[in-house]
Amino acid sequence: MGDMTESQDVQKLALDSWHRSKGARMVPFAGYEMPVQYEGIITEHLWTRESAGLFDVSHMGQLLVHGADADAALETLLPGELRTLGDMRLRYSLLLDDSGGIIDDLMATRRGGDFYLVVNGATKHGDIAALENSLPRGIVVDHMKEQALLALQGPKAVEALETIAPGVGELTFMQGGAFRLAGHPAWISRSGYTGEDGFEISIPAAAAATVADELTADAAVKPIGLGARDSLRLEAGLPLYGHDIDRATTPVMAGLTFAISKRRRAEGGFPGAQRILAELEEGPPQRRVGFDVDGRQPVREGALVLDDEGNEVGRITSGGFSPSLQRPIAMGYVASALAESGTALKLEQRSKLFEARVAALPFVPHRYHRKGAAA
Amino acid sequence: MSLYFTREHEWIRVDGDVATVGISDHAQQALGDIVFAEVPEAGKRLAKGAEAAVVESVKAASDVYSPVAGEVTEGNSAVADDPALINRDPEGEGWFFKLKLDDAGELEGLMDEAAYRDWVKTL
Repeated sequence: MGDMTESQDVQKLALDSWHRSKGARMVPFAGYEMPVQYEGIITEHLWTRESAGLFDVSHMGQLLVHGADADAALETLLPGELRTLGDMRLRYSLLLDDSGGIIDDLMATRRGGDFYLVVNGATKHGDIAALENSLPRGIVVDHMKEQALLALQGPKAVEALETIAPGVGELTFMQGGAFRLAGHPAWISRSGYTGEDGFEISIPAAAAATVADELTADAAVKPIGLGARDSLRLEAGLPLYGHDIDRATTPVMAGLTFAISKRRRAEGGFPGAQRILAELEEGPPQRRVGFDVDGRQPVREGALVLDDEGNEVGRITSGGFSPSLQRPIAMGYVASALAESGTALKLEQRSKLFEARVAALPFVPHRYHRKGAAA
Repeated sequence: MSLYFTREHEWIRVDGDVATVGISDHAQQALGDIVFAEVPEAGKRLAKGAEAAVVESVKAASDVYSPVAGEVTEGNSAVADDPALINRDPEGEGWFFKLKLDDAGELEGLMDEAAYRDWVKTL
């Protein structure tokens, strides 16, 4: 049998021994030994959709950008509306290169005049360098290396977290606030990467094990590995950096135009604005779409998308078996003319053809706790 | 009946000139939740070391190789219909295929069960 995993030199998480004590299988990812699964990916995935899952995402970069007019300075690098972003509000944004390619995707939160950014683990050092090279002298980027980051996701997340952090239930989707957890300061936002209601929790690394113990003391909460994190975000239609988005893709190709706000479209002034504004006007050459795949065999990253004459018209960037839907699903890019939902296409993987149809994203509806929505 | 293992984590159970092939418990654990299996059809000729079957977990796809040369006499439709059977009973009901051996001498290079279990502990 082929393709067993290999090991390499990597850093340890603050919760390394905690994960191992919970039966985690650890694998190298983004420079860290990370828990890929505990009980099994399908069980953990379904648990998160039905109850609450605790994820350790401490490999991600937590940055604090501060200095006079940090919002205006960041707007020269990101296409989002930051100047009028409300205090304690989060915004999904994109670090762009000069040709409009995506250097990284991130969450930016205004904390007074400062901005708290959460960036991807594999790209954080490059992001910091890009920010430091491009931001004016008066703007400082602090890498909060002593902070751990946990995510509590699922329909029972709010109830579980409320018992140890009273008041979190009043946050709405994409809103954060300062709380105390187990006697330690915590920054908690109502956000996540599963499509479910849930929270992301930034705490001192030294407090991470205590907080993880308190959360998993609730029978509704189980630790969930990176494997289920990937299948959950794929069902939720959320792109994974380095796979579904990268420097060869623009926010318009990737279907992330919601991250380019109205004022920024009118004014420009972000990297790659010329190309991005032209793509907004005329349409991009390719679009990121979902695929429903016939049969039971997963079609994965790297498979080709073919039209009915066998021409290559795109590629698969993420794919796998959906535990919630019990069938293979995939995400990828296809020529814009073929991007309409329902379009029948073929996928080619290892010389085998699969029937597929373009599908609207997400595959599984989001259940965010939006402002104004019923609880 | 004799049981042998390969370094690629297949097992082969030999009864006369017919052998049953599957993947080891170690292999199914490493793969995690198995969601797809494709087994060869009766009549297919397999060379020693040839790709014989496909197994996919949520995370990854792997090939299953034939430990010896021979002609497939049966593919296990039960694992194609219910791939999780390979997780539940990898070295029993979760077998992949049976084949008629060309040359029993090819078994000599394989590990016996004790050697395989000891070797897996070192991985």
